[in-house]
Amino acid sequence: MTAHNNDHPEDDGATRRDFLFLTAGAMAAVGAGSVAWPFIAQMNPAQDTLALSSTEVDIAPIQAGQSVTVMWRGKPVFIRHRTAEEIAAAEAVDVASLRDKQTDADRVQKAQWLVMIGVCTHLGCIPIGQKSGESKGDFGGWFCPCHGSHYDTSGRIRKGPAPKNLTVPTYTFTSDTVVRIG
Amino acid sequence: MSAGPRTPFENPVVEWVDSRLPVFTMLQKEYGVFPTPRNFNYFWNFGAIAMAMLMIMIITGITLAMHYTPHALMAFDSVERIMRDVNYGWLIRYIHMNGASFFFIAVFVHIFRGMYYGSYKRPRELLWIFGVVIFLLMMATAFMGYVLPWGQMSFWGATVITNLFSAIPLVGNGIVEWLWGGFSVDNPTLNRFFSLHFLLPFVILGVVVLHIWALHVTGSNNPLGIDTKGPQDTLPFHPYYTVKDSFGLVVFLLIYAAFVFYMPNALGHPDNYIPADPLVTPPHIVPEWYFLPFYAILRSITFDINPVSLVGFAALGYYAVTVVWCKARNDYFSMSNLAILAVGGLLTLVGIAGSLFADLNIPLTHTVLVEAKLMGVLAMFGSIALVLLMPWCDWHPVRSARFRPLFQVTLLAYVASVFVLGYVGAKPAEGIWPWIGLALTGYYFAFFLVILPLLSKHEYVQPLPTSINEAVLAENKA
Repeated sequence: MTAHNNDHPEDDGATRRDFLFLTAGAMAAVGAGSVAWPFIAQMNPAQDTLALSSTEVDIAPIQAGQSVTVMWRGKPVFIRHRTAEEIAAAEAVDVASLRDKQTDADRVQKAQWLVMIGVCTHLGCIPIGQKSGESKGDFGGWFCPCHGSHYDTSGRIRKGPAPKNLTVPTYTFTSDTVVRIG
Repeated sequence: MSAGPRTPFENPVVEWVDSRLPVFTMLQKEYGVFPTPRNFNYFWNFGAIAMAMLMIMIITGITLAMHYTPHALMAFDSVERIMRDVNYGWLIRYIHMNGASFFFIAVFVHIFRGMYYGSYKRPRELLWIFGVVIFLLMMATAFMGYVLPWGQMSFWGATVITNLFSAIPLVGNGIVEWLWGGFSVDNPTLNRFFSLHFLLPFVILGVVVLHIWALHVTGSNNPLGIDTKGPQDTLPFHPYYTVKDSFGLVVFLLIYAAFVFYMPNALGHPDNYIPADPLVTPPHIVPEWYFLPFYAILRSITFDINPVSLVGFAALGYYAVTVVWCKARNDYFSMSNLAILAVGGLLTLVGIAGSLFADLNIPLTHTVLVEAKLMGVLAMFGSIALVLLMPWCDWHPVRSARFRPLFQVTLLAYVASVFVLGYVGAKPAEGIWPWIGLALTGYYFAFFLVILPLLSKHEYVQPLPTSINEAVLAENKA
């Protein structure tokens, strides 16, 4: 071998060839990564999916004690016109005893209107309790039939495997009777 | 890939090919004269049966793909069109649909065979790992295939299972949206599941090749679990086992055909004949039967990990690693070890009780360190990881359960616990069922983590026969 002509061992034993191997390897890794990225990123939500517009809902016809379900981004959103008793029950809860500690005031803009995404935070089922006659769980709110999560009248997790309260989406009251979700 | 010494074939066409690419020499060596233990029982049919099922699934699957439309608005109707209008579409779909179940039946029996006769042990560990990888790929394939008809169970099963990944801290929701390609299970999800459901069977086929390759390096295990010592212990694969495998396959296919023709929907769920509706969750979501034991394990963990149970688990883990798993030690009940065991066990129980019954208000148990949801997911994947690691949980030198009475009993109890877990998985999570599920999940993990290492260290075995030949002859005399 004539390697000694090309390779000049430095004091620490590293040669010019080691350096070339490392830099070439690093470039190859960067190249492989930049080729792989588009193939990974293509699976993320596409532009048209991201562009899904917001939804406006007329809440005037919803009487106290009634709920409606609307679709937003492929998911159901629960809008409930809460009764005075439900609001009182939600506000009376000792927040320190909750799994996901939120006061009722954190979760509503107007106390009588509870707006939240109707997807159980456990594994994504739709809780029941929107229609009259359906089980509302042990706390008078919603009950997820898949794995038995009970939500209270503020949509907070009280019992069962779900880790979080039902998510409150971004929404605004554009007037007294219209709410825009998103 | 040199062929080595080659015996010429008489048929000139075969010889012309073989001298250029020695496939016939290879087949003759690996499937013709391949020396195979002479004492196989019918459990040894199930590898060949599983292979046949994979072929049936690929052929029917490709045929169905010619008629199926992977679009959220058309998928359900295209499956109904296959059932009603496509010539023999009903037959091909029922073969495919029930084929998934029968593929899993064959593979479950095949895995049980490997466990009972110690086929996972040295020198077949890598062979075993390839097998578990095939099983995992099958689960992924079956799950995505079940989504394609876009019925209610398809949709909600997909929602529940993809949501498992949201349990991962920090990146969980990002991963789930990446899997979905949106903000819920929708058309992009269906499209990619179709693509991957088409791809994965061929990946399985590739791993099957590795699985068989590894098998042909070590040779087959046998019901006695002892090594073959010479030609008197073996038979050529053909005709002895080609015939025995064919017979077993025909019996298996008869039962399979009975399902296809007489009760094609017995193993499915009627809710999947309702088109998917993202606004209505079926009251009772159940996965296909072959996922039920793992689903039961997932659901049985409903307690968070808090500081108390964390310390408890750490103490139990320390005891397991330093005493139970340590080959040189058997001072299980010395004062210090007993203290660790007692404290660990007590803290674990108190921590779990404090999490399950928040009303007890046990100090420190309200601080959640790991959510129950993540623990459930970890337990489910862990239950399969332990099967993969079984060669290292059980290092007892004797393979076959025939000579290990304690292993035999505990293994059969493990199998029974898997069956009962399957039953629990099909029940609503109410009343006594979650508790039975939790207890059996405990046994499932204890079998691998406590029982197998203890048996490896202490189990006395019955005398082994000196050779397969001798055992077979003695059996024939008796």
